[in-house]
Amino acid sequence: MESLGSLIAYGVVALAMVVFSVLAVTTRKILRAATYLLFTLFATAAVYFMLDYEFLGAVQIAVYAGGIVVLFVFSILLTSKPGDNSEPLQSKSRILGLVAAVAMLCIAGYSLVHRAQLFLTKPEMADLNMDQVGETLMGTAKHQYLLPFEAVSVLLLACIIGGVVVARKR
Amino acid sequence: MDFLQNIDITAIFYIVPSLIMFCCGVYGFMTRRNMIAILISLELMLNSVDINFAVFNRFLFPGQLEGMFFTLFAIAIAAAETALAIAIIINIFRATKNIDVRGLDAMKF
Repeated sequence: MESLGSLIAYGVVALAMVVFSVLAVTTRKILRAATYLLFTLFATAAVYFMLDYEFLGAVQIAVYAGGIVVLFVFSILLTSKPGDNSEPLQSKSRILGLVAAVAMLCIAGYSLVHRAQLFLTKPEMADLNMDQVGETLMGTAKHQYLLPFEAVSVLLLACIIGGVVVARKR
Repeated sequence: MDFLQNIDITAIFYIVPSLIMFCCGVYGFMTRRNMIAILISLELMLNSVDINFAVFNRFLFPGQLEGMFFTLFAIAIAAAETALAIAIIINIFRATKNIDVRGLDAMKF
C-alpha cells in the first residue's frame, strides 16, 4: 500500500520523464532539446531520491545537470545560432527510426511484462548513511570499490588531457 | 478514489518509463542530423540504463550496493565521454564550419 502523496509524486515524475524525453528528441530547436534533456535528468534524480539513494540523486544533479548540460549549452552556442530550426525530417528516415523504436518498445515491453519477479513491492532497506557509502567506495575488501575509483580518476585525467589536445587551436 | 489505495509501486512502475526513455533515445539517434542532438539522444539512453541498475538493486537486492555503485561509475564515465565527444565536435566545426552528419564524408575512402 502506498500513501496518496507518494502515488501523486510518482505520477508527476514518471509523466515528466516520458514527456520531456519525447520532446527532447522531437523538437527542432537544438537549445530546447538541451533544456528538455535537463528536465529529464532532474526527473531521473527524483527517481533516485524515491528509491532512497540520496547520494546517487545528488551526484546525478551535480554531474549531469550541473556539468554535462552546461557543456551541451556551451557547445550549442559555439556551433549554431540559437534560433535556428533544424530541417524537417525526410519521411524515410523518420519511418526507419519510428520502426526501430516501436519494435524495441514492443519486444522489451513484452519480455518485461512476462517476468513476474518484477511485480514485487519495494522491500525494506536499512537507511543508507554516508559512512556506508564512503567505506564501500574506499575499501579494498570484497564488494568494495577502491580500484575502480582510482581507475576512474585516471580516466578523467586522460579525458582532460585528451580534450585539451583535441580542441586546442593549431 | 478507493482504487488508488490498492496500488503498489512495484519495480515495473520505474522500468517502463525508463524503457520509453531508451526508445526515445533510439529514435533520436537514428533520425537526428546535428551531431550534438545525436549526443543528447545518447545521453538519454545512458540515463535510462542507469535507472535500471538502481531499480534492480533496490528491489531485488536491497542489502547490497552493487547496482548503485555501477550507476555511480557509469555517470562518471558518461561525463568523461561527453566532454571528449564535445571536444571532437568543436574540432570538426572548426575544420568544416558544419556539424551536420550528412556533410561529413571527407575521410571516406
